[in-house]
Amino acid sequence: MLKRLAQCVREYKTPALLTLVFIIGEAIIEALIPFTTANLVNEIKAGVEMREVMRLGVILVVMSLLSLTCGGMAGFTSARAATGFAKNVRHDVFHKVQEFSFENIDKFSSSSLVTRMTTDINNVQMAFMMLIRIAIRSPLMLIFSIIMAYIMGGALATSFVVIIPVLVFGLLMIARKAMPAFRAVFKKYDRLNESVEENVRAMRVVKGFAREEYEKGKFSAASDDIRADFTRATRIVALNMPLMQLCIYGNMVFVLLFGSKLVISSHGSIIEVGQISAMLTYGMQILMSLMMLSMIYVMLTMSAESAKRIVEVLDEEPALRNPVSPANAVADGSIDFENVRFKYSAKAERYALDDINLHIRSGMTVGILGGTGVGKSTLVQLIPRLYDATEGTVKVGGRDVRDYDLASLRDAVAMVLQKNELFSSTIAENLRWGNANATDEEVVEACRLAQADDFIRSFPDGYQSKIEQGGTNVSGGQKQRLCIARALLKRPKILILDDSTSAVDTRTDALIRQGFRDYIPETTKLIIAQRVASVEDADLILVMDGGRIVESGTHEQLMAASVIYRETYEQQTKSAANPKGGEE
Amino acid sequence: MPRAIPKYTADTKLNKRGRPAFSFTAVKRTIGLVTEFYPRLFPAVCVLILFSSAVSAIPALFTQKIIAIIGEWTASGDWEAAKSLIVRQLMPLIVLYVLSLAALTLQTQVGAILTQGFLDKLRRRLFDRMQDLPIRYFDTHKHGDIMSHYTNDVDTLRELVDQSIPALLRSGSIVVVVFFIMLWYSIPLTLMILVGVAAMMLVSGKLGGGSARFFVAQQKSVAATEGFIQEMMAGQKVVKVFNHEAQSAENFDRLNEELCENARKAHAYANTLGPIIMNIGNILYVLIAVLGGAYLLAGLPNPSISGMALDISILVAFLNMTKQFTGNVNQLTQQVNVVVMGMAGAQRVFELMDELPEVDNGYVTLVNAEIAPDGTVTEADHRTGHWAWKHPHGDGTLTYTELKGDVRLVDVDFSYVEGKQVLSDVNVFAEPGQKVAFVGATGAGKTTITNLINRFYDIEDGKIRYDGININKIKKKDLRRSLGLVLQETNLFTGTVMDNIRYGKLDATDEECRAAAKLAGADDFITRLPKGYDTQLSNNGSNLSQGQRQLIAIARAAVADPPVMILDEATSSIDTRTEAIVQRGMDKLMEGRTVFVIAHRLSTVMDSDVIMVLDHGRIIERGPHDELIAAKGTYYQLYTGAFELE
Repeated sequence: MLKRLAQCVREYKTPALLTLVFIIGEAIIEALIPFTTANLVNEIKAGVEMREVMRLGVILVVMSLLSLTCGGMAGFTSARAATGFAKNVRHDVFHKVQEFSFENIDKFSSSSLVTRMTTDINNVQMAFMMLIRIAIRSPLMLIFSIIMAYIMGGALATSFVVIIPVLVFGLLMIARKAMPAFRAVFKKYDRLNESVEENVRAMRVVKGFAREEYEKGKFSAASDDIRADFTRATRIVALNMPLMQLCIYGNMVFVLLFGSKLVISSHGSIIEVGQISAMLTYGMQILMSLMMLSMIYVMLTMSAESAKRIVEVLDEEPALRNPVSPANAVADGSIDFENVRFKYSAKAERYALDDINLHIRSGMTVGILGGTGVGKSTLVQLIPRLYDATEGTVKVGGRDVRDYDLASLRDAVAMVLQKNELFSSTIAENLRWGNANATDEEVVEACRLAQADDFIRSFPDGYQSKIEQGGTNVSGGQKQRLCIARALLKRPKILILDDSTSAVDTRTDALIRQGFRDYIPETTKLIIAQRVASVEDADLILVMDGGRIVESGTHEQLMAASVIYRETYEQQTKSAANPKGGEE
Repeated sequence: MPRAIPKYTADTKLNKRGRPAFSFTAVKRTIGLVTEFYPRLFPAVCVLILFSSAVSAIPALFTQKIIAIIGEWTASGDWEAAKSLIVRQLMPLIVLYVLSLAALTLQTQVGAILTQGFLDKLRRRLFDRMQDLPIRYFDTHKHGDIMSHYTNDVDTLRELVDQSIPALLRSGSIVVVVFFIMLWYSIPLTLMILVGVAAMMLVSGKLGGGSARFFVAQQKSVAATEGFIQEMMAGQKVVKVFNHEAQSAENFDRLNEELCENARKAHAYANTLGPIIMNIGNILYVLIAVLGGAYLLAGLPNPSISGMALDISILVAFLNMTKQFTGNVNQLTQQVNVVVMGMAGAQRVFELMDELPEVDNGYVTLVNAEIAPDGTVTEADHRTGHWAWKHPHGDGTLTYTELKGDVRLVDVDFSYVEGKQVLSDVNVFAEPGQKVAFVGATGAGKTTITNLINRFYDIEDGKIRYDGININKIKKKDLRRSLGLVLQETNLFTGTVMDNIRYGKLDATDEECRAAAKLAGADDFITRLPKGYDTQLSNNGSNLSQGQRQLIAIARAAVADPPVMILDEATSSIDTRTEAIVQRGMDKLMEGRTVFVIAHRLSTVMDSDVIMVLDHGRIIERGPHDELIAAKGTYYQLYTGAFELE
């Protein structure tokens, strides 16, 4: 897992390594400073040579400046390395997702992909920065300080033999107890926030049923529960400070007592006063390093989960691949399904499509009817190879779809998805997704065909009007027509509308279909609809149920032969607005 | 629904000098809140912090003495004689340490309880306040912004209470104590340190202030990139269908580069500040050592509080204090920076708290009633199945009016934003049991009318009467209890199916809920769910189909059994079979009630007693279906599909 992420360092290896060099330099100097300081203090105490004092003083200032340079440089290089690393990870994940097929996208939900690309990558970036700045520095500081303490203090350094294990053990215990507690409570906390979101979204229901007090009670209970859990977890971590302080105090008393004994009984020959205060400084440095290490330990384990989630995306195999020597040209808009069966995952028990045999000539208009979940969308999604058939063959233009170059195939097959999206930019830019090089005339023409030109022109900025994120500033029917226009701009051989006019009024719906007949007769049109009226005039109507095509034929044939079809037709024309079912 | 532009953005405002704008009131209010929640505990914790940190600053006094003793006895080398003297110095030190440790332990433990308690109370206060806000608030604020009060902004306050305030107290008290000890020993040396610290703060202030700009730039980049990611991940399938992968990746790379650049600058600043400050501290230390040494050697007079002459023991202690002093001054400035940066978040929390709650001057209440055969209404203390409006009058008398469901709108005008009239001269009379339908294009004001009946919004002019009572006199909760609501967008809550149905009437028995589900036509599919009525719903019932969710919403309204129903039809398409079931459920629900239907399809409209055709906030046609068809007006055009309905 770490290896996979390490590959993302790439061009930032140099700053990362430089950081290490600078950090090591800084650590060494920092370990030497108290040592030199001790000598300086001893010199002052000796009280004779001002020159010697000055000499040591200059050395110390130079050391500080060196340490400053190293630290500062490390700050720059580590920032460069860590943000660059995060950039590469984000880049890799985003590009990877671009390779995903529908199957891969279904597997990770879009919101989970967003979290992985934002929160998780942030965590990993922080961890990486910690790793190169502190994870190396702290152990180094620890080792250098211990060595220096021994060189200088000799026997005095034995205090660390007791203190270090106590602190390490204590910190580890705290970290290990606290981590699972925190993990659990973070999950609860997420749920609490979700429930607030739910409440905000459903505010009309809450107020409509006058349930404000009930909601307050529900929230109070949940919030209090979290308070209890959080308090328990933070109280464990809160032990860190006293533990640390205990070690510092213990070290101080020890050094003061035995340090003075050593100085006095040896007449200052083994160690001197300066060393006593240096020992105190080293003690601090050692304990601080340990504290840092325990913090890093906690942070790294916490971010390991984020790393895992990122690598999951990076390691995901795209379910669809381009063939080795792909065909580029799609001959015409004919479609053939030969003994096609399909299921969404190998583990699924039921086939989403079964026993599909279908032959559509180029230029035909085909309507597809059926209830929710009977496989209508699944069927058409096999045509532009959004999924691959599990068994059997799907052919477009007389050729197996798996032989085509994916981009060429999808250029020839335009599809208006049921759950469609517009993106935040102008209307014109959105439309040009269909064809980046389309002229203004072509754009307008496509919009006329999709019955969108009129309302676009009614906007103050016309085709330059901004679409907001999620397309919230156009109505459902307008959005659908824009999506159709966008697909038309591709000048496709096959056009698939997956329930794409459900929010469009029946008259406009009819006008759109009329336009298809008049202006793009050679394009094969597949129309999935809930309204019989939308498919009534198709050359072929398919009625689907349970993943199979149960009836097929023209309107007249089906009216005569199919009970379901007739009943649906009659029910709809009786109850709903319909140009032919009215009182004309 | 009108959506206002949010009042603020997530980024911190900068003043002319590139520093974050700062307001003291937010800090004061935060501290005020903690004190309000924990009037005794909070000051106690503060005292503990002050005590434990002051003690940790004192050792200098003892080390100085011990070093002086060492100096005295090194020549003789008589440890036994020196020992008792040193131990005499160490004993009080150890006692102080033990006390300080006890205070620290107590403070951190109590601090944990206090912080989490504070957060809990804060969240609850926010949430409680939010429940009482008018619908207008939710219509004019983005949900994401409201949510970020609970996540980001509350977190800012947590940091303030949990870290910044204790750190400020701790560093502050250490700085003060050390400062006085320094003065105790030597005023000239103290002055030297002060000069050095001033220089240090100047540098860190320059650096810190400059960095704010980069952090804001980074935040903006983060927001832009995350927005792009969200949009693209949601539309990834569209990207595939249009072969748009390469362009999308290219756009992303651009944002990603920019984010990286801005993040690098911000982090580089933050990373270098530490070493710079620390090493200035080191240099200061050396300067004090050298200057102090020179001072000592020169034998200059040493004015001090204690009157002691400068000697090596004082200088050594002084040097240690230099580090302590500079370190804590740094802590102080850093924390002040954190507080300043965080105040924007705190400010937003208080903005939400300061929002004015929904005003309710209603005094007419809904009570259980007994209705005598002669029609007299008396109040009952148990459920009778009958309800009445209890109406106290100015002269102290009480009248009871039976709840029937007669709703009249007379000459109603309304606008969401002043000057932009949404409804004008609307007159609607709905007698008990009648069905009134509203049709018209998007934005014609259909939903607005229902928003007025249940007083989500208040009318500007005209009158709405419910059973002859002006609805402004009715307590909002009681008014809303008497109105059932099935909304366009179905919102379900996390919990079981049963819980969701019971939302309509909290004391409903399981049988009542089942009966309501049967009435709505939902029982059939619910019993076929793996756990039936105990099936857990989450994420707005995402494990159910659109139609099934609507059926539960209908059951929820049915269990409340109100005399008046407001039905806002769903716009999203569901398949015909489910739609037929939903329609039957709706029909059942409407039986015997006064119903207002906002129709998006005309299927529900035809059997209405009266159909109101709305256009630009005015009723342009009214009457039953046959009459309107015969008139060949707008309704006729809508019906024949010439106009878009949704």
